[in-house]
Amino acid sequence: MLSYLIFTLTLCAIYGLLALSLNLIWGGAGLVNLGLAGFFAVGAYASALATGAGAPVLIGWGAALVVGAAVGLVVTFATLRLRDDYLAIVTLGFAEVIRLVALNERWLTNGSDGISGIKAPLKAELGTQNFAYFYLGLATLVLVVVWALLRRLDASPYGRALKAIREDQQLAAFAGKPVLRFKLQAFALSAAIAALAGALYAHFQSYVSPDHFQPLITIYIFLAVTAGGVGRPSGAVLGAYLVVIFLEATRFVTEWVPGLQPVQLAAMREMLIGIALILVLHLKPQGILPECIPKAPVPPTAA
Amino acid sequence: MSQLLQALVNGVMTGTLIAVPAIGFSAIFAVLRYPNFAIAAYATIGAFAAWWANVAMALPVPAALLVAFAVTGLIGVVAEETSLKRLRNNGALIVAIASIALNLVLENIVRFIFGNEMRGYDLPIARDMRFGDLRIGPQQLQSLLLAVAIMAAMFLFLRYTRFGKAMRAVADNPDLARLKGIDPAKIAIVTIFIGAGLTGVGGVLIGLDTSIDPLTGYRVLLSVFAAAVLGGLGSIPGAVVGALMLGIAEELALLVVPATYRTGVGFVAILLMLTFRPRGILGERAA
Repeated sequence: MLSYLIFTLTLCAIYGLLALSLNLIWGGAGLVNLGLAGFFAVGAYASALATGAGAPVLIGWGAALVVGAAVGLVVTFATLRLRDDYLAIVTLGFAEVIRLVALNERWLTNGSDGISGIKAPLKAELGTQNFAYFYLGLATLVLVVVWALLRRLDASPYGRALKAIREDQQLAAFAGKPVLRFKLQAFALSAAIAALAGALYAHFQSYVSPDHFQPLITIYIFLAVTAGGVGRPSGAVLGAYLVVIFLEATRFVTEWVPGLQPVQLAAMREMLIGIALILVLHLKPQGILPECIPKAPVPPTAA
Repeated sequence: MSQLLQALVNGVMTGTLIAVPAIGFSAIFAVLRYPNFAIAAYATIGAFAAWWANVAMALPVPAALLVAFAVTGLIGVVAEETSLKRLRNNGALIVAIASIALNLVLENIVRFIFGNEMRGYDLPIARDMRFGDLRIGPQQLQSLLLAVAIMAAMFLFLRYTRFGKAMRAVADNPDLARLKGIDPAKIAIVTIFIGAGLTGVGGVLIGLDTSIDPLTGYRVLLSVFAAAVLGGLGSIPGAVVGALMLGIAEELALLVVPATYRTGVGFVAILLMLTFRPRGILGERAA
C-alpha cells in the first residue's frame, strides 16, 4: 500500500510538470497544444536513448530539454501564424506522428516492444524501496523548482506581456510587443518542460513504449489545468494532483462494481474522465484557483 | 504505370469515403464555428449502429446506412444539447476541448457495450473486378456509389430546401440571418443532426471496407480534419475536393513510404496547405 502511495505521488509530480507546461502555453499565451503527449514522448525517448548510449542521467535530462525545445520550435514555426482551431488540429496531428514514428522506426525506438532497462539513477546503491523514496523526492523537487520559476515568470513583465498577447494579440503587437517571438519562446519552453516530464517518467518506469503516450494523457492534463485554474501555475499543479488521485480512485470504485469485464472497467474509467472534464468546464470554468489578475501598475505621475 | 493508375483509382475511392464524414464535420464547423472532435465517436457509433442493423436485424446495407444516419444524428443532437451548447459563448477553443472529452465518453460507451473485438459486416464475398491491370472490389464500388449518392443528396438539400438555404445563410453571416428571422438555435440542431448523421454514415462506409472496433472513428479523425483543412474549413464543396486530394495523396504516398505512415500523410498535407494557402483550396472565410 505504501509503495503504491509513493508511486502515485511520483506520478502526481510528473503530471504536475505536464500541467505546468500546458498552463504556460495555454494559460499564458492562449495557444492550445493538443500534442502534449507527443512532447512527453519526445523527452522520454530522448533521455532513454541518451542514457542507453552511456550518458549519465543528468545529461539524458538535458538532452530531453534540448530536443523538446527544438521540436517545439519546429512545430511552432510551422503553425504560429495559425488561428486557434487550426493549431489544435495540427498539434493533435503532431502527437500522432510522433507515436507513429516511435512505433515504426525500430532501429531507433525498438518499435512496439519499447525500450526497457532504462537507467534508474542510484537504484543499485539505494535498493528498490529507498529508490522509490529518492525518486519521489527528486521528481517533487524538480516540480517545485519549475513551479517557482514559472510563478516568477507569471508575475514578471514577460508573463504580463504573454497574457496581453493571449487577450488581444493585435493590441499587444500595437503596443510594441514582438508577438511572434514571444509565442515561439513560450512554446519552446513549454515543450521543453513537457519533455523533461517525459524524461522523469522514462527513468521512473525504466521502460517506455508507444503505448505510454496515448492522446489520453493530453486529455488528463487538460482536465488538470482546467480543474486547477487556467493561467495560474499553482492551480495547474493542484489540478494535476487532483486528477491523478481521481484517476487512481476510479480504479477502486470500478472494482466494486460486480460482474464487469476488464475492458468494461477500463471503459468506465475513461468515461468518468471525460464526464469530469465536461462538468468542470460547465460548473467551474475558472478552476479551483482562478487566475489572479494583478492590478495595472500606476505610472509615476509626471513631476 | 499500372501501379500508379491503381493507386489513383484507390485514392479516389478512399477520398470519396473520407468525403462523407468531412462534409459532416465541415457543416458543423460552418454553422457553429468550432472544430468538433467528437466526430470520431460519431463515426464509430454510426459504424456500430449499422453493424447492429446489418448483422442482428439482417438488414441490407442501404437500410443499415439509414439506421446509422438516424441513430448518430440523434446522439449528436443529444450530446450537443447536454454538453456543448452552453459552452459556445466561451469561444471555439473551449467547445473544442469539451468535444474531445465528449468523444472520450461516447467512444467508451461503445467500448463498454461492444468490447474491443473487431467486427465485420455481413457481406457476400465477391471476387475483384478486373479492368486490364486494374482491380476494383464490388464492395468498394458499391460504397463509392453510395457515397456519391449521399453527397448528391446533401448538395440538393443545401441548394433547394428551406433548411438548406437557412443553413447556408447562417454559415455565411449569422447576424444577418437572425435579422432575416432565421432561428439560429433551430438551425444549429438541424446542422448537428445532419453533420453527426453524415459522419456516422461515413463510419459505416469506412467499416464496410475492413472491419470495425471502438477506435474506427479515431483512426480516420486526422484524415477527416486534413480533408476539411485542405478544402478550406467550413466549405462543403471544399471538403469533397480536399478528401479526394487527400485520398489520392495517401495512396500515392503508399508507393514510397510504409503503410503505417498513412495518417502522417494527412498531417503533412495539412502543414503544407496551411503554409502556402492558409484558407484552403475553396475556403474564403478564414477570419
